[in-house]
Amino acid sequence: MTDATPSSPDQVRQRAAKEAARRRRQGRSTGRRLRRGLLMLAYIVFVLLPIYWLVNMSLQTNSEILGELTLWPQSLTLANYAKIFTDPSWYMGYVNSITYVLMNMAISMSVALPAAYAFSRYRFIGDKHLFFWLLTNMMAPPAVFLLPYFQLYYTVGLFDTHIAVALAHCLFNIPLAVWILEGFMSSVPKEIDETAFIDGYSFPRFFVQVFIPMIRSGIGVTLFFLFMFSWVELLLARTLTSTEAQPIASVMTRTSTASGIDWGTLAAAGVLTIVPGIVVVFFVRHHIAKGFALGRT
Amino acid sequence: MDWMVWTLPTAIFFGVIALLLVVMTTWELVSPTRERRGFLPISTTRGDRFFIGMLSAAYIHLAVVGFTSLSLWLALGVSVVWMLVLLRWG
Amino acid sequence: MNKVPNNRAWWLVLPMLALVAFSAIVPLMTVVNYSVQDVFDANTRFFTGTEWFVKMLNDPALQAALARQFAFSLTILAIQVPLGVGIALLMPKRGWRASLVLILVTLPLLIPWNVVGSIWQIFTRGDIGLMGWSLRQIGYPYNITSSPLDAWVTIVLMDVWHWTSLIALLCYSGLQAIPEAYYQAARIDRASRWAVFRYIQLPKLTNVLVIGVLLRFMHSFMIYAEPFVLTGGGPGSATTFLSQSLAIMATAQFDVGPSAAFSLIYFLIILLVCWVFYTAIMNLQKDRQGGARHD
Repeated sequence: MTDATPSSPDQVRQRAAKEAARRRRQGRSTGRRLRRGLLMLAYIVFVLLPIYWLVNMSLQTNSEILGELTLWPQSLTLANYAKIFTDPSWYMGYVNSITYVLMNMAISMSVALPAAYAFSRYRFIGDKHLFFWLLTNMMAPPAVFLLPYFQLYYTVGLFDTHIAVALAHCLFNIPLAVWILEGFMSSVPKEIDETAFIDGYSFPRFFVQVFIPMIRSGIGVTLFFLFMFSWVELLLARTLTSTEAQPIASVMTRTSTASGIDWGTLAAAGVLTIVPGIVVVFFVRHHIAKGFALGRT
Repeated sequence: MDWMVWTLPTAIFFGVIALLLVVMTTWELVSPTRERRGFLPISTTRGDRFFIGMLSAAYIHLAVVGFTSLSLWLALGVSVVWMLVLLRWG
Repeated sequence: MNKVPNNRAWWLVLPMLALVAFSAIVPLMTVVNYSVQDVFDANTRFFTGTEWFVKMLNDPALQAALARQFAFSLTILAIQVPLGVGIALLMPKRGWRASLVLILVTLPLLIPWNVVGSIWQIFTRGDIGLMGWSLRQIGYPYNITSSPLDAWVTIVLMDVWHWTSLIALLCYSGLQAIPEAYYQAARIDRASRWAVFRYIQLPKLTNVLVIGVLLRFMHSFMIYAEPFVLTGGGPGSATTFLSQSLAIMATAQFDVGPSAAFSLIYFLIILLVCWVFYTAIMNLQKDRQGGARHD
């Protein structure tokens, strides 16, 4: 340190000014960080508050819910959950929903992978228009197709089966899968394909052994989105089923009876529909940021 | 197929659309399009102009049907002329 | 990326095409068939031509629903887009805090749409809901079943709660893709916070934002389950949006012909908006590539 001790009043003043500026800067940045943290916290509270209220109610008895408003359960009870887990007509709703969601994920993935590869690697007649047409299906309001769907699946004898809902959800899930996967595949350099073909890989073998492992994270993210949109959809699922494959969303309507709404059970059922989502998002949390840009950042 | 309640006009409608798609594809195979800039504010290929033509034709028909008492054939005529203009100069 | 012209790629697309066509084209054809007839059952039907279209286009209730729909979609876009961008800027970039915030922010997106309705129904009730109860405690006569204004504000608030995360996550992933070197350069130039946002972050965000606006517009345009559960379209028809009018017509009243005609008009609106956005996205991408490639 050459300027450890200031040797003139001018230098002292300069040094002091510099120190003050540094402190101000630091103060400002901790202040700003605090403000940012508080704003973020405010949003998180806004997100969590309604969910907390649902959880809160699911742990109360109906008499407590309808009595004095309490910010947390006074007499904690798991009876609402017990009711759902012991009554087959309740828990089969979850099984049905998960069944058609998984079927839909498998179907969508298996046809979307080759299609996305074609879109990302080749130019062919009508490719742009085909892609656009796919997107419009993603945007098509299910209400438009409600009645024909009912007729169609009734005619082919699939009404009230899991596969019917799985196929119907393909309408918006396949386009979504193609869209996301195409983004991820386009970021894999083409030289990889060419090298593999020169090395004597056949197309199917190259696709399964080389290409798919390279876009693993993209596939994970895509599966997450397929799960999400199939899980949250209600209108088609409800229209295409009656008793055998009834999704949880329509089982939940049973909580409103002539004698009023069974709030506790409704809340518990609601909480249980959020759980699978949390599990899935936990698995893909590291890739989700990229996936939300649909592979296009 | 009974439940699809086909009628002759709608069958002809879809037949014509299918035919137009086949014609556009064959045209594309015989002489591939080049992207160019016409009077439309974006550069388009032949297929793009075809799509724009079809979409505006749908809106022309809706407008004529919904808000005037003019004949539907007039709407069709206007749409065909508009489509040709688009394909040539769009 | 330069793509190879190869029409045999159609074979790779074909299975996907067959499945989507089964789900999309067959029902669409049926809707078109319905729209020109008065259908009682497969054997008893009358050709009506354009009658339903005339009726639907001039139906004041549907025009009102359409106007309400546009008002709703534009309102939530005007709130969610700036809010989402803001939250994306606030989200921590790395570490366990980033993971935690990411999961929490994603949460509303993963809840089935009717459950979202139920959550808000419970939350906003005057007797048992935290929000409804609190508002009444401070003296505001909050009631979504009688006051159209309360119903509107609540539905907008619910949609903001439900979907702002999507915009935020899209923008967050856009921000993550900005190299640290850009920020360093900005620090050396002593760029203001606003300048960093305007010239470094915003350009990176345009691409994802267009996708976000497209998705949000489309989803809000077909919103159904949430208002259906929360307000049932009421009070009166103050919160009856397009999808719900359509569903009532198609399933409750079994007016197949008119609802099919209405569906087609609805679909054409979607198609036009979708095309405008798609063209915008494609042109953005072309511009970016055009900057890098000179041929």
